[in-house]
Amino acid sequence: MNKLVSRALLAALGAVACATTTQAGTAYQNWSVDNYAIPKALGGLKGDPENGRKVAIDRARGNCLACHQMPIPEEEFHGTLAPPLVGVGSRYDEAQLRVRIVDIKQINPSSLMPSFYKHPDKLAHVSKDFAGKTVLTAQEVEDVVAYLKTLK
Amino acid sequence: MKKLTLSKTLIGTALATALGLTTLAFAEPKSGYEFMKAETREMQDDEFLNPGMAAVEKGAEMFNTAGANGKTCGGCHGEEGEELDAKHLATYPAFDAKLGKPLTLQQRILKCWTDNLGNKPMKYDSAEALDLEVFVRNRAHGEAVNVQTDGPMKPFWEKGKEIYHTRAGQLDMSCNLCHDFYSGLNLRAQTLSQGQTNGFPTYRLKNGRINGAQSRFSGCYSQFRADGLTKGGDDYTALETYVNSRGNGLKIETPSVRF
Ligand code: HEC
Ligand code: HEC
Repeated sequence: MNKLVSRALLAALGAVACATTTQAGTAYQNWSVDNYAIPKALGGLKGDPENGRKVAIDRARGNCLACHQMPIPEEEFHGTLAPPLVGVGSRYDEAQLRVRIVDIKQINPSSLMPSFYKHPDKLAHVSKDFAGKTVLTAQEVEDVVAYLKTLK
Repeated sequence: MKKLTLSKTLIGTALATALGLTTLAFAEPKSGYEFMKAETREMQDDEFLNPGMAAVEKGAEMFNTAGANGKTCGGCHGEEGEELDAKHLATYPAFDAKLGKPLTLQQRILKCWTDNLGNKPMKYDSAEALDLEVFVRNRAHGEAVNVQTDGPMKPFWEKGKEIYHTRAGQLDMSCNLCHDFYSGLNLRAQTLSQGQTNGFPTYRLKNGRINGAQSRFSGCYSQFRADGLTKGGDDYTALETYVNSRGNGLKIETPSVRF
């Protein structure tokens, strides 16, 4: 009985903790969309393009190559279902790129592309290992945006 | 002005948005077979190379093994299952008037296993349950899938359709997004098919065993980091009803070989 109660309590506490933190315990950074763009960097963070490239390749993080062809010649089998990202840094400015990484459904509600920084409370039926977490951290989002900016 | 590359993708997405999410983006159903490499198709077509044939044999043996009450499946349906109606097998999930809901072919088999043979229940999509299902569905090899979608099946089909189009998981995806809009295009090294089930249960080279349709659904759910539904439960029966019906007209290939 006691055990059950404390387990329930722990679960409830877990849920609260999950709602306010994301990956690696970093606080969720709010964002807002203005004219189909997110002008402000998440948490005012500065992106590192080199790390952004790594995040884009990493299957457990961005996994952008699953769907997009990118100028990353050392990786085989780029996906073909989404638009190639070559030159995407001249098609969009930073704020337009950010909204597409954070939550592309703000632009196209029926998109297949994952929302990499949607509030975890707005997702349903998330498997245990990923519950309460955004796909990328705020820093990783900024890193990817900085990397995409280099794709001229 | 945004520069648009005219790709199949963008057209597909635009269409999807314009027509609403329930529209199928393919004109005709295509079996997963069509998306496999030539070697894989040859392996499926050759009875001696097809690794799924071992399950047909194991299933045949179970079909003629006495249950706890001494009866066998073969006693009612013929030793080779020749008394089974292939046309009716092709309609599963099929409506069970007594239960007032559809049963998948495997649920039907598992009910016979307990109710008519007096055996202990088998777990849904367990290796044994799948061997029996492979044997039984193989009796309808070449028959056209023909799931009823109207009449008493309508609400269950509708429910399955809704699940098929409901986003889930950390990656916030739904079945239709991959299998209705992007079939023929690549997700990394894999070519997306229409996600048809006419070849199920299927032998997968990836894990070297027979895979049930509902286990495949769960596999896709875990790819987008979502909790799958309960195997053998009503929601998966509804989803299987909808997914099987998308392939109405396709020939049953059980046991198919897939990656
Ligand atoms: C599961 C598939 C998938 C994954 C993974 C994915 N995308 Fe996308 N992405 C799409 C699709 C499909 C589109 C096309 C527009 C739409 O559907 O909204 C798109 C569009 C885009 C666009 C706009 C391109 C344009 O020319 O308009 C950018 C930028 C982008 N993605 C970046 C990324 C980055 C960076 C990652 C990884 C961090 C990523 N995507 C991961 C499917 C994906
Ligand atoms: C992120 C993309 C994606 C989503 C979303 C997705 N799948 Fe799949 N699915 C795949 C891939 C990749 C394969 C393996 C290649 C193929 O057959 O398409 C596959 C295979 C299948 C197959 C096997 C087809 C065959 O011929 O062997 C079925 C059935 C299936 N999916 C059903 C579903 C259902 C039902 C859902 C929703 C619960 C779903 N899929 C969601 C990517 C996806």
